[in-house]
Amino acid sequence: MPTLETSFAGIRCINPFWLASAPPTNCGEQVMRAFDAGWGGAVWKTIGEPITNVSSRYSSIDWNGQRMMGLNNIELISDRPIEVNLREISEVKRRYPKHVVIASLMVESKRDAWHDIVERAEDAGADGLELNFGCPHGMSERGMGSAVGQVPEYCGQITEWVKEKARTPVIIKLTPNISDIRMPARAAKQAGADALSAINTINSITGIDLDTLEPRPNVDGKSSHGGYCGPAVKPIAMNMVQQVMSDPQATLPMSGIGGIASWQDAAEFILLGAGTVQVCTAVMHYGYRIVEDMADGLLAWMRKKGYESLDNFRALSLPNVTEWKHLNLNYKIVARIHEDKCIGCELCYTACWDGAHQCIHLDRALPASNTSRTPDMIAAESRGRISTTPIPKLDLNGAGETGPYLTPLARIPRVDEHECVGCNLCSLVCPVPDCITMERVDNALPPETWEERANAGVVAEASATAGNPNL
Amino acid sequence: MSESTNFFEQAPDSPEIAARFPDLHPPFNKTAALVESNRCLYCFDAPCTAACPTHIDVPRFIKKIASGNLEGSAKTILDANILGASCARACPVAVLCEGACVMHRYNQEPISIARLQRFAMDSLHQSGVPLPFSPGADTGRSVALIGGGPASLACAAELRRRGIRAEIFDARPLPGGLNTYGIAEYKLPLAESLREIDMLAQLGVNFNFNTAVDAKKLIELEASHDAVFLGLGLGAIHKLGIAGETLQGAINALDYIADYKSGKITSAPERVAIIGAGNTAIDAANAAVRLGAGEVHMIYRRSAEQMSAFAYEYEHAKQEGVKFLWHVQPVGIRGTEKVEVLDLARLQATSDGSLVPKPGEDFELPVDLVILAIGQATHTEFLVENKVKLERGRILIDRHTGQTSNPKYFAGGDCTNGGREVVDAVADGKRAGIGIAAWLEGQNANA
Repeated sequence: MPTLETSFAGIRCINPFWLASAPPTNCGEQVMRAFDAGWGGAVWKTIGEPITNVSSRYSSIDWNGQRMMGLNNIELISDRPIEVNLREISEVKRRYPKHVVIASLMVESKRDAWHDIVERAEDAGADGLELNFGCPHGMSERGMGSAVGQVPEYCGQITEWVKEKARTPVIIKLTPNISDIRMPARAAKQAGADALSAINTINSITGIDLDTLEPRPNVDGKSSHGGYCGPAVKPIAMNMVQQVMSDPQATLPMSGIGGIASWQDAAEFILLGAGTVQVCTAVMHYGYRIVEDMADGLLAWMRKKGYESLDNFRALSLPNVTEWKHLNLNYKIVARIHEDKCIGCELCYTACWDGAHQCIHLDRALPASNTSRTPDMIAAESRGRISTTPIPKLDLNGAGETGPYLTPLARIPRVDEHECVGCNLCSLVCPVPDCITMERVDNALPPETWEERANAGVVAEASATAGNPNL
Repeated sequence: MSESTNFFEQAPDSPEIAARFPDLHPPFNKTAALVESNRCLYCFDAPCTAACPTHIDVPRFIKKIASGNLEGSAKTILDANILGASCARACPVAVLCEGACVMHRYNQEPISIARLQRFAMDSLHQSGVPLPFSPGADTGRSVALIGGGPASLACAAELRRRGIRAEIFDARPLPGGLNTYGIAEYKLPLAESLREIDMLAQLGVNFNFNTAVDAKKLIELEASHDAVFLGLGLGAIHKLGIAGETLQGAINALDYIADYKSGKITSAPERVAIIGAGNTAIDAANAAVRLGAGEVHMIYRRSAEQMSAFAYEYEHAKQEGVKFLWHVQPVGIRGTEKVEVLDLARLQATSDGSLVPKPGEDFELPVDLVILAIGQATHTEFLVENKVKLERGRILIDRHTGQTSNPKYFAGGDCTNGGREVVDAVADGKRAGIGIAAWLEGQNANA
C-alpha cells in the first residue's frame, strides 16, 4: 500500500497537503476543521502587527461560464492580535499533535523584531516558520512582503536574523514578481534557510467594470493591484518551482504553491521536486472537503504507477525540463485524426488555417484532395446551399448523409502530413479525447540539438531553412 | 390603403386559452441561457447553420449570448431570418439545427438552439429597441405580395431593406398566415406572431387585410406593380368524400386550430376523432385534449411508421393522452342534427401493398366532433391563362431566386413546396426578395 506520509525539511507530515497562509488558515477553529477534513498541515495566516483591511478585497476572472479561473486579493496579513493567533496555534497543536502547523511571519525589517516573533511562534508550538517575503500588495508599500523578496540582499539578511534564533525549520516564501526567482532563492539558501515555498501571488488587475469604469475589487471607486492566484497561475508557478529546483545554488526542500486544486496538480508539482504542496484558492472556492479526492486520487495514481511513497517519484520530471537549445530538432510528429472519434466540429480545421500552418483540409468527400479551398470558400458554399426541413414521406430516399463513420465524411478534416509541423494546436482545440493524436514519424535522422548545430558551425543556415518546414 | 400596424394589441385576449396552452418549452432565464451558450463548441461551417433553411449563423448568435451582446445576437438571427422569434418556437428543431448539432456525437445532448434563439429574441423585444435594420433609399419600385404569411413577410423585409415598396394583400383580418393562425398555441401564441410582425412593419411594409385576390384583382396588381410575389400558401383541407361530412360537428383541422387560437372556441366536447396523422392532425388532437375532451382518437389508414408527423410530435401526442387507431379508415359520418357516430373500416395490406378493407371488421366510434386533417389542396385556380407554370397545382420556381415561368412573378412557401415549415417559407421569401431586387436591378441596367 502506498503512503502519503512524508518528511519535509525534517518535519514529519501525515500527507503533503498543506493549506497555504491565507484566509482558510485565519484562525484555530478553521484550521481544526481543515485537519478533520484531511489536510496534513496548515501555514497560519501571516502573523505580525495587526493591520486594518479594506472592503472589498477579492476579485476574479471567470472563463466561459466557469467561475474563478483566477482570483485576486488585496487583503493584508492577519488583522488579529499576535497573542490571539499564537494562543490558537498552541491549542491546535495540543489537539492535533500529528498535524503540521507552520507559523507564517511578517514583521518590520529589524533584527529584534524578527527575533521576538520567532521566539514567540516557536514557544507557541509551531512546527516550522514560513517567512512571508512574497505578499505583493499593501505590506510591500511598508517595506515588507515582496519588498523584501524582490531584493536578494534583504532576503538573505532577514533569513540570517531568523536563523540566529530559530530552532525549527525556516521556510522562505518567494515572490514571483521578480525577473529571476533564483536570485532570492540563492540568497535564502546561502543565509541558511531550511526550505523554500513558491510561489506567492502575482501582481494583477483583474478587471474594469464597464458600467462604472472602476477597477475590481472596488474600494470606494478605486482599486489597487492585488495578488493573483488560482488555476490561471499554475503554469507560471510550475516554471518558477522548476527553475529553483534545477539550480544547485538555490535548491532546497520546496513547498509548491500556485493553482493547485487536484491530485494531478499535486503530482505535477511533486514531479518537479516539491516536497509538500500548499493550496488556497481551490479551498476558498469549494471548501476544505476537496482534500479528500486529492489524497484518494494521488494514492490511486501511485498504486497504478507502482510508487510506494512520494520520494519514489519526487523530481522525476525535473531532468526532462531543459533549455530549448537541448531539444532534438530532428524529432518529428504529425497530427492524426481518428475518423471514428471525430464529431465534425471542424475546430481543428479553423485553428490550423488561422492559427497554425494551413495543413488541415476538408476534402475527404471530394473526388481528389484539394488544398486550395480556403475557409471562406467553404463557408460560402454552405451558405449558398438550399436546405429544406425534411418530411419523412416526401423526403424518402432523399439526401441522407451516409459514410463509413458516424460523422459525414465531408465534415471530417484531413491532415496533410507533409505540411504538418507537429505543433499540437489541432489536438489542443479538439474537444474529443484522443480524437487527434500526435504521432511520431520516422525521418531516419539522428537526434540533433540546436546547440550541437551551433557547435558544428551550421546554425545560421540551419535556423533559416532546415529548422523551418514552411520554407 | 395601409392599415394600423400595431397588430400585437389587436390580438384576441383569452385567459382561458392562455391557461390551457402554456409554453411547451419554457423560456431560458438569463443564467440558464449563459450556461447553455457556453456549452456551444463554436463549430466552423457549423452543421446547425447549414441545416437551417434560412442559414442563421447559430454559433455566432450563441457566442453573442455568452458575451452578453444580446442585441447583436438578435440582429444576427434577424439578419438571416426576419421571423427569428417565431421560428425559435415553431421550428421542428429536432430535424433541423438541433438535429444536426455535433453534440449528438459528443455528450449526446445537442445545444438547446431554439431556446437560446428565443432568449435572444425575447431580450430584444423586452428591450424595446426597434428592428436593427432600416429601409433602403426609395428606388421607386414596388412589389405586390399575395398572402400575408411567412413567405411574403420575409420577401417584403428583403425588398424594404433594398428600398423597394412592398404591399401585402391578405384575405384575413390580421397578418402572418399560418404563423399567426396555424401553429399550436403552446408553441407559438398568436400574439407572439403579431408582435414579431409589428417589428417588421417598422420597415414600412404596407398591409391590406380582408382582401382576397382573384384573377381580376391580380391583373390589376400586375399592372400597378413592378413585380408580383405569390406567397399564398395552400387552400382548404381535403374532403373525405364520405356521407355526413357536412353535418355540424365536422370541421377541418386548420379552422379548428385558428378558432381556438383566436379564442372563438375555448372548450371541446367529450369525444373527438381526428382523421389523418400529420403534424397538423397532431396539433388538432393535442388541442382537443387541452380544450377538455375526454377521449381523443387519431384515425389513420396506414401504420405509425408511415405517418407524416415527426417522431417527436407522435411521442408528444401520446403523452398528451391521444389514442391512435392504425389501419383504420372512415367510411361514413352519421348523426341527426350533428355528428354522433363515425363508421370505420379496418384495412389490411394486399400483396401489391395497397390497403383494402378487412371484410366483416367494420366498427363504430361514438363521436361529438370529427376533425379532418388529411392534407391541404392547392389554391392556385385564380392563376388563370397559364399566368405561371404549375405542377400538380404547385407553382414552379427557380429555387435560388423564387422566379416563376413568368419573369414578373415570383413565388415561395407552401404554394411552391406543397406545405412545409414556417422556416422553409421564410427561406423561400428571403431568396425571392433578393431575387426580385436583382431582377429589377437588371431591368434598370437594360433600360
